[in-house]
Amino acid sequence: MTQRLPVTRRWTLGMAAGAAAAVSSAPARAQAALEPRLVIITSFSRDVTTPFVQAFEQRHPGTKVEVQNRSTTAAVAFVRETRSSPPDLFWASAPDAFEVMKQGNLLARPQIDTAGIPATIGAQPTHDAEGHYFGFAVSGYGMMYNTRYLRANRLPVPKEWADLKNPVYQGHVGISSPSRSGTTHLTIETILQGEGWEPGWAQLLEIAGNFAQVSDRSFGVPDAVNSGQYGIGIVIDFFGFSAKASGFPVEFVYPTVTTLVPANIAMIENSKSPNAARAFIQFLLSPAGQEVLLDPKVMRLPVRPETYAKAPAGFPNPFKDQSLGARVTFDNGVSEARYELLNSLFDRLITFRLRELTEAWKAVHAAEAALAKSNNAQGRELLAQARARLTRVPVTEAQAADPAIAGAFQPTRPDRPAGPRQAQLEEEWDRAAVAAYAEAKQLAERAQRAG
Amino acid sequence: MSTTALPAAAGRPWRARLRFDASPVQVAAALLVLAFLLAFLLVPVGRVFLAAFTDGSGSLTLVHFGDFFRTSLFRESFLNSLYVAGMSVVVASILAVPLAIIVSRFRFPGAALVSTLGVLPLVMPPFVGAVAMQLVFGRNGSLNLLLMDWFDVRLDLMDGLNGVVFVQALHYFPFILMNLSASLSNIDTAMEEAGQNLGARGFTLMRTIVLPLALPGYLAGASLVFVKVFDDLATPLLLNVTNMLAPQAYLRVTSVGLGDPMGYVIGVILVVVSILAMGGAALLLRGRDYSMQQRGGGGLGRREMSAGQRALAWGFVVPTLLLVLAPHIGIALLSLATVWSFSPLPDGYTLAHFSTVLRETPQFLTNTLLYCGLAGLIDVVLGVTIAWLVLRTRLPGRRLLDMLAMSALAVPGLVLGIGILRSYFGVQLPDGTALATSWIMLTIVYAVRRLPYALRAATAALQQVHRSLEEAAENMGAGKVTTLTHIVIPLMAGGLAAAFVTSFATAAVELSATLVLATRDVDAPLSYGIYVFMQSPAGRGAGAALGVIAVLTVAICTFAANRLAERERRRRTRQEGTAP
Repeated sequence: MTQRLPVTRRWTLGMAAGAAAAVSSAPARAQAALEPRLVIITSFSRDVTTPFVQAFEQRHPGTKVEVQNRSTTAAVAFVRETRSSPPDLFWASAPDAFEVMKQGNLLARPQIDTAGIPATIGAQPTHDAEGHYFGFAVSGYGMMYNTRYLRANRLPVPKEWADLKNPVYQGHVGISSPSRSGTTHLTIETILQGEGWEPGWAQLLEIAGNFAQVSDRSFGVPDAVNSGQYGIGIVIDFFGFSAKASGFPVEFVYPTVTTLVPANIAMIENSKSPNAARAFIQFLLSPAGQEVLLDPKVMRLPVRPETYAKAPAGFPNPFKDQSLGARVTFDNGVSEARYELLNSLFDRLITFRLRELTEAWKAVHAAEAALAKSNNAQGRELLAQARARLTRVPVTEAQAADPAIAGAFQPTRPDRPAGPRQAQLEEEWDRAAVAAYAEAKQLAERAQRAG
Repeated sequence: MSTTALPAAAGRPWRARLRFDASPVQVAAALLVLAFLLAFLLVPVGRVFLAAFTDGSGSLTLVHFGDFFRTSLFRESFLNSLYVAGMSVVVASILAVPLAIIVSRFRFPGAALVSTLGVLPLVMPPFVGAVAMQLVFGRNGSLNLLLMDWFDVRLDLMDGLNGVVFVQALHYFPFILMNLSASLSNIDTAMEEAGQNLGARGFTLMRTIVLPLALPGYLAGASLVFVKVFDDLATPLLLNVTNMLAPQAYLRVTSVGLGDPMGYVIGVILVVVSILAMGGAALLLRGRDYSMQQRGGGGLGRREMSAGQRALAWGFVVPTLLLVLAPHIGIALLSLATVWSFSPLPDGYTLAHFSTVLRETPQFLTNTLLYCGLAGLIDVVLGVTIAWLVLRTRLPGRRLLDMLAMSALAVPGLVLGIGILRSYFGVQLPDGTALATSWIMLTIVYAVRRLPYALRAATAALQQVHRSLEEAAENMGAGKVTTLTHIVIPLMAGGLAAAFVTSFATAAVELSATLVLATRDVDAPLSYGIYVFMQSPAGRGAGAALGVIAVLTVAICTFAANRLAERERRRRTRQEGTAP
């Protein structure tokens, strides 16, 4: 590595006085010497982290990298609780999680050289404007599907989110819960921002009628699609690309309503190995680090345009394909204000009530099939009512942005227990969902009898 | 520290009793054991209880429990957990009871097969088995793909709660099988003959003599299955079932944080239900006298089977064997598969996954050997000390020590893990890492959780060493400690080795506490490694390879433990044979 690694002022703040004095008195030595131990907390699987860690350790033999795997949300909670001796780097996909951490003053501001990396990709800025976190790859969201499965079940290949509403996909679609997966959270938020709050929820709830499963780990989805437990998964692009590169019979498509968001890395405030942390970030952004992204088990879109020259045929290139992710401009502010509320709402309406929801939709689809033959006005009216029950979200967009309501959903902390307001709202939504799904099912059954 | 306050607190009852019948060594040993149990069992669990019953300002409250039962999701999770645990007992009984009756009531040529059946599931950690069973019995697993091809039907064995029941029952039925056949073969033939002399035949004999006498064994096994399943975290998690208690507690603690009271409330409920289940089984047996005058009269009279009965027995044993072997075969195939996708068998085979895990992460295996080895040693030392204090001294409160150590059985790994995190997160090691998430704590937690196994083994081993041998040594002038180290422990060696291996093997596949406490790849044991490797979009082959390694490790240890126990038994019978 030839980049300069200047010692910033900030890192002395959290250090023990003696160590800090020693370093600041000998800045030249500190530049060269990386600390022997670098701890990275990440939501990425071993497949993604191992090639980077190996390449980095090869360049810096004196530094041993430790990787801690946590889901994004668990990692945020972990960093918050280990304020006094945190990991050194936070490495994950979801930019909104970085935003949450930045607001919580958990991220440092290392000096990183980003020359040669475009400031925006698609409609998104590549790095945090204030220098707290850095995009090292971009990801879009979409659908991965098992080609053998679709063929065996004679299912059409989905192209758009709306295609997944088709009753032929009943029980063939999987997703992970946004409260457990930072990337799914982004997908949901993207759909809501791209389609609008109420239409977006209506679409989500109708797609959810076809869900086979809502897993609590993002990896549960590509795994189930790979092994053919169900055919279609709503996932981040590199899950699809890396599964395909590993030989599984799967493909990935980007729908129009997607967004390209940078996957990021950040140095955590109070890091005990700031030099090594900076060197790792710098390596990730260097041409050599960017090429690691094309490893068959990683397969993420690089942020350096020149790296695409080395990509396999058919690999998407957002610098050439301007349509990719252009339709939605992701608003981080909107996302952040309702981050916790959205997670909770999705779980109450879909994750925890999946059985009720899918049964109600099954009844609706059955009634629709029956009515398609007999054109019965009363049946259609009942069916419209059932659909209205199933696609209504009990919270308005204004309420979701209202600090008085969304504010009740701030993450709980040791010094601030969860407000009773959250429990009360959650209980209300849960009741509303159960009642609505039961009514819808009844209405649909009446409609079917009418038809 | 709480330990400094101990001598004073425990001191009063001794002085109150003027005659104090214990040597300083005994007192010191008891205090050390007590300090260990206090620090790593009582205090952490106590902190969980405290957190569940106090509000933000520290005053006692029941409001969190109110919140728990007001939230329909938690109520449903509670009922789901009860349902899964109860149904697992039922399904496990359906598998285990006929097998136990076949081997202990009849002369059945496949008896050896049945005893193999009894061990096979235990070497497969349920969370590893769950992944394999998903591939074999899942929605589009091998079985269903074949069934759909041939008959166009699909069995939803692995869906939701029933999938958990299926996996758990298949894993835990040996507990019922072993306990039940042990008590069936302990029934004295004389009892049965007495019944027959009084005119009881067939069903009456079964109902009035055999079943009541076998009940303690059945209940012991069944309550153990119930508790294990009720507390299990990893299996539902890997099957994506979250609306159960243990996963809810785990999700709350890892995503909301340690400040969230709900995690603790669920912890308390898990502990209370475990105690109720175990206590309930004991209570059912209370007030009934199941002891028999004579013991080991050769067991129940074994009958010849008629041809029909034999066919029936084989017809039950062989499919059960296939069922039990399915996860083993599944995980082996997955670990060798290149791509296994929507087909009854993998597309091709490779050894690459094994080389990946052995090259990239040999530390998972070495960590497991180190932690579980140390934990096993701690368990043997503590087990022998407690057994010795209980059986050979008159130290006041020694029974309490025994009960305290045994109470670890009723504490789910998840609860202990959360309690340890809460109690020791602030404590930092010299290198700046938190004690709670260091490998030392993981070792200690394994030791605490497996102590009951080692303690029972040590107690049994010590009971079989005759008092007169020690008295002889003492007559020759040996002190208590010399007697212990020179006479008692060598005589117990075989039993202790078995205790060590049992602790080791069960700790090697512990995941509930590990998942909460292990944070760093380099420090993590095998079970955590399996969990991490299973989370990959590029296939679960590497995770399965680690799983196979874990299964083999446990299998070898279990085999070694059996051999040691067997040799010990033979040695003892030989001794008894020569000295009447």
